[in-house]
Amino acid sequence: MSNRPDINEMVQRLFSGDRRAAARLITWVEDGMEETHEVMRQIYPRTGKAIILGITGSGGAGKSTLADHLIRKLREQDKTVGVGLVDPSSPFSGGAFLGDRIRLQSHSQDAGVYIRSMASRGYLGGLSRATYDVIRIIEAMGADVIIVETLGAGQDEIDVIHIAHTCLLVVTPGMGDDIQAMKAGIMEIADIIVLNKADLEGTNACLRHLQSTLAAASFKEGKWVPRVIPTVSVGGKPQDIQGIDELTSAIEEHQDHLQKTNSVDQIKFERVEHELGLIFKDQLQKLIFKGLKGTGKKKKYINNIIQGKNDPYSVVEEVLKTYVRTKE
Amino acid sequence: MVEMKKKKIKVLVTKVGLDGHDRGVKVVASLLKEAGMEVIYLGMFQTPGGIVKAAIDEDVDVIGVSYLSGEHLVFTPKIVTEMKKNHLDDVLLVAGGTFPVEDIPTLEEMGIHKVFRAGSLTDTIVQYIRQNVKR
Repeated sequence: MSNRPDINEMVQRLFSGDRRAAARLITWVEDGMEETHEVMRQIYPRTGKAIILGITGSGGAGKSTLADHLIRKLREQDKTVGVGLVDPSSPFSGGAFLGDRIRLQSHSQDAGVYIRSMASRGYLGGLSRATYDVIRIIEAMGADVIIVETLGAGQDEIDVIHIAHTCLLVVTPGMGDDIQAMKAGIMEIADIIVLNKADLEGTNACLRHLQSTLAAASFKEGKWVPRVIPTVSVGGKPQDIQGIDELTSAIEEHQDHLQKTNSVDQIKFERVEHELGLIFKDQLQKLIFKGLKGTGKKKKYINNIIQGKNDPYSVVEEVLKTYVRTKE
Repeated sequence: MVEMKKKKIKVLVTKVGLDGHDRGVKVVASLLKEAGMEVIYLGMFQTPGGIVKAAIDEDVDVIGVSYLSGEHLVFTPKIVTEMKKNHLDDVLLVAGGTFPVEDIPTLEEMGIHKVFRAGSLTDTIVQYIRQNVKR
C-alpha cells in the first residue's frame, strides 16, 4: 500500500485515457478505500455521456459470447468500448473464479476495448457494489459505450436496470414454458429479449411463448415494446453465427426510441437516485457502527435481540433517535 | 456478507502459445479461489501481449502461467519483456507445470519470481503468493 500516487495525478492520468490509472482506481473502489470519495468527486462531472448496455440472464445462456459479438460491431463503428463483467464471489472463502474474459479473447490486443472482471463480493442484485462507480470511472476514461454483464441471474437480480439504458435479457430454448415468461422480475426488465442458441430444439416453441406473452402484456401508447431476437452466437463457421446484425439494429432502435421520447433524462435521474440511496445506506451504516464502536452497545443490542428482550426494529429506532437528529 | 474493506489478492492464470492442456491450470485456479483469492482465468492459446494487457486492465497482483508444452524458455522472456515495457514491476510472475529441473534457475534468471513444478502442494503456492504480493 506504500508509494500510492496522489489522487489528482491518478485522476489526470485517467482523463488522458491511461488504462493503468483506470484499473488502479477501480481497485480502490472495489476495496472501498477512503480515497474513493475524492476520486469520484473529481471524475463525476466527466461522466454521464456514455451509452450503457446491460446484459443479463442465466449462467451459460451466452451473455459473454454475445458481448464479444457486440464489441466487434461497436469497434467496426469506431466506438471505444468499456466492459464490466460480474461473476459471483464464494460465500465461504470470499474468493472468486472470474471466467467471462475468456470469451472476449478476440479483443485481447485492442487498445480501444477496456475489459474488467469483477467479483460480486456479497452484493445482491446481480452486480457488485463497486459496479456503479466502476462505470463512472470507465466513462471518465472516455469510453463511448459501456457493456455491463451481470452474474448468472435468475428471476430477481435486476439491479442492472438502475444502470443500463438498454437492457438485454439472454434466454435459451428449454428453460420453461409461457408461465415462466409471464412471471414478474427479470422478464419485465428486458428492452430486448435475446433467444440465444436458436439452433437448439425447442426454439420455435420458446419463441412463441415469448411472443405470446409480450402480445398479452399491455404497453402504454408510445412505450417501447420489447423485441425478441433469436441468435446463434457460437459456430464452427462464420455463417453459423446468426442474428447479431438484427440484435445490433434492435439496440440502435431502442436507443433512438429513448432519444425521441426524451427518456434518457428519466433514466439518468433514476440512476442517480438509486446511487444516492446506496451511498446513503453505506455511509449511514458506517457512521452508526462507528458511533457505537467502543461503547459495547452493539454487542449488547445483538445479545438482547437474540435473547428476545428486544427486536431489531426497536434497536434501529432507538439508535437513530440518539445519533441522527431529525426535524421533529 | 463478505468483508468489503479487505484488500483482495487478484490473480490472472493463463496458458500461452500452442498448449492445449488446461486441466492443471484449472485445478490451480480453483484452489486459489478456495484460498479466498479472486482468480481471472484467461484460458488457452494466449499471447504474451494479450496476457499483459489483461493484467493491466484487471490490475492483478499476480500472473500465473502454466506450461505443459515445453515452450517455457521461449515464452517466458517474451512475457517478461512485455511486462517491463508496460512497467508492471509491482506484479508477481509465477509459473507452474512440467519442465526439467535444470531449467528452473534459467526461468528465474529470465524473471519468473517462483517456479512451481507439478506435484507442488496447494499450501506452498498459496503461502508463497500471500507472502510475496507486492502491494
